[in-house]
Amino acid sequence: MAHFEKATSLHDWMNQRLAVDTVRRVMAKEYWIPKNINFLWAMGMILAVTFGLLLVSGIFLLMYYQPNVATAFDSVNYTIMKEVEFGWLWRHIHGVAASVVFLIIYIHMFTGIYYGSYKKGREMIWISGMLLFVTFSAEAFSGYMLPWGQMSYWAGMVITNLFAGGSLHADGLVEWIRGDYVPAQAFLNRFFMLHVLLLPLAILGLIGLHFAALRIPHVNNQDGEEIDFEAEAAKYKAGNKKESKVIAFANDFMSKDMMVVGIYLVFFFYLVFFHYDFAMDPVNFDPADGLKTPAHIYPEWYFLWSYEILRPFPADPGLVAFGFAQVIFFALPFLDRSPNAVPAARRGAFKYWFWLMLVDMIVLTGMGKLPPEGIFSTIGLVAAIVFILLWIALPFITKKEKAL
Amino acid sequence: MKEFKILAVVVFFTLVTYYLVEPFAHSQMHKHIESEGFEYKDLPELTKKGDAARGQELVMGAGACLGCHSMEVAGMPAPMDPVTAAQSYGVNPPDLSNAGAVYDEKFLAALIQNPAHALMVEHKFDAEKGQMHPMVPFYGAGGDLDQEVADMVTYLKSVAVKKEELTSEQAFELACGRCHADHYAGWTQIGKTPTFKKEQDELKFKTQVLDYQDSLKAYMGKLPPDLSIYIRSRGAHYIETFVENPQNYLKGTAMPRVGVNEHAMEKVVEYLEDSGDAKRHERENVGKYVMIFIVIFALFAFLWKKQIWRDLH
Repeated sequence: MAHFEKATSLHDWMNQRLAVDTVRRVMAKEYWIPKNINFLWAMGMILAVTFGLLLVSGIFLLMYYQPNVATAFDSVNYTIMKEVEFGWLWRHIHGVAASVVFLIIYIHMFTGIYYGSYKKGREMIWISGMLLFVTFSAEAFSGYMLPWGQMSYWAGMVITNLFAGGSLHADGLVEWIRGDYVPAQAFLNRFFMLHVLLLPLAILGLIGLHFAALRIPHVNNQDGEEIDFEAEAAKYKAGNKKESKVIAFANDFMSKDMMVVGIYLVFFFYLVFFHYDFAMDPVNFDPADGLKTPAHIYPEWYFLWSYEILRPFPADPGLVAFGFAQVIFFALPFLDRSPNAVPAARRGAFKYWFWLMLVDMIVLTGMGKLPPEGIFSTIGLVAAIVFILLWIALPFITKKEKAL
Repeated sequence: MKEFKILAVVVFFTLVTYYLVEPFAHSQMHKHIESEGFEYKDLPELTKKGDAARGQELVMGAGACLGCHSMEVAGMPAPMDPVTAAQSYGVNPPDLSNAGAVYDEKFLAALIQNPAHALMVEHKFDAEKGQMHPMVPFYGAGGDLDQEVADMVTYLKSVAVKKEELTSEQAFELACGRCHADHYAGWTQIGKTPTFKKEQDELKFKTQVLDYQDSLKAYMGKLPPDLSIYIRSRGAHYIETFVENPQNYLKGTAMPRVGVNEHAMEKVVEYLEDSGDAKRHERENVGKYVMIFIVIFALFAFLWKKQIWRDLH
């Protein structure tokens, strides 16, 4: 057994047993961050805060929510909204955060793409981040089922139908997933379990992986500059903070993180209290009715772009395109064959590729909500084809790029 | 400054996405229907000045309103219980005590003379095809018909509660509550759910509600929806304009034009908000304090950042 001395303080007592000083040094005081990064690098912290809000509000909702097809709707809309003190607050925090978290995830992703933060030894950061995105999507979808509203029910119907695989007609698989011919009690129980246990657990693990993936290659920076972290850290520790290209995570970068988080929370709570309905589809305030199809069925806004890649094609090619859209982002570090990890503005054709991709996904998002008729349908088809072509073109245009 | 430029780019693309997904998509999916201001322009103006005393005689008179309608305020109880009334007429005829406060006077006058027309259900009740509206038109007591109708309307208005005393429940009951339930407010088509001492009583009440609903289903073609959170699933504008003229939204619907005046409509919306968005006042109140707290937090975070970064630049 190790040798322990009589502690001189609570801190010393803890230090002998948990090495709090060492942990603090490694995790915060000497965790080096490049100095030249902008507020977009604080999105990770914003996501962590939003995830915390989701977790806490979710725990409160879980105390009163009833996963039963007969009572689920009223347990949310009556019990939580009317009878439970501040139930409305937890619900609106949960509902708004579920939507806003995707906005921030998309900003976080596009920041990574713009600055080339998935390249040169940072592939695992990107891949673990994409795994998080997919798990978050499943988490959002399973949560959307729980209030058992009209759109919950029909979105559940449409999305689980995809597993029939078009002309494969794997209807048995769909029934196996639902536990019934249509979304019913077994389906609700399964999604409830996924939403409150399995997926959050996976998310927590993946967040750990995502953070770990960051420690060795370090955070990228605004100029794509390759920094000798050890040499720069030595300067910082010698007291030349101004000359050093790195800063400590705590309190240096954390103070900036907190500032951005503060501004974000103003926006967030404004939505919660004064514009909560932006995130909640009115159709979902009608109780689920398996005998009445809503006029238009569409997913929440953050899935619209991939929904629109599915929709304009005939069934089988649509499914292939949809599958392609779901996985292709994982391959980004390997499809981008340029040696440069610099902002898109300083790269060749990739500069245009980035903005085209961004605009294309916004167009897909817009068209995904509209009824698939007339001009909207055509625009959606073109945007879906452009999306696929952009990915096919990516290795070729980046191969031609000259090393900077 | 570069960061502000980046922020502007982020905000721009966020707003474009929001615009496409919310305002634009909704404008394409739902046609916008302008409020008609509860003016009922298609109905004739009242040309005669009514006399309440004469009106009372007509309303109370044999074969007139009180054959079917109750009038609690005049000490006239309903001739039948709601379930039996619904079995006879399809729906329980309203108590007339507050009709003058809830319904528009032009509408009342038109209703008395030609119910199917005033209610905009002529597609369903065509007298020439023998499809009579359950409410019998008033053909006059022998004098000037317009004068008699004006007298009746004046009487109904004179006995009704004052505008400022009209409660949201009274407005809701007359305007919606005989066809629509609102179970978040404890409302059934035959009135508010009482508290029961014995399970037998509760079951008896439930049976009555179910019997009433059966008549209503037969009369309307389907059971009209529960309105508990219609304020959230449809919003106030939709509800107001729908009530004002259901045919604008659903051509051929069995839902009648309700004929409420603007003030009564406000009361109905208040009732629906109390049922479907009960904590709205608390939300706005708490919201103010949370916003103040968060702004102060952001301010301190900004000052902390400034202090720390002074040594770094």
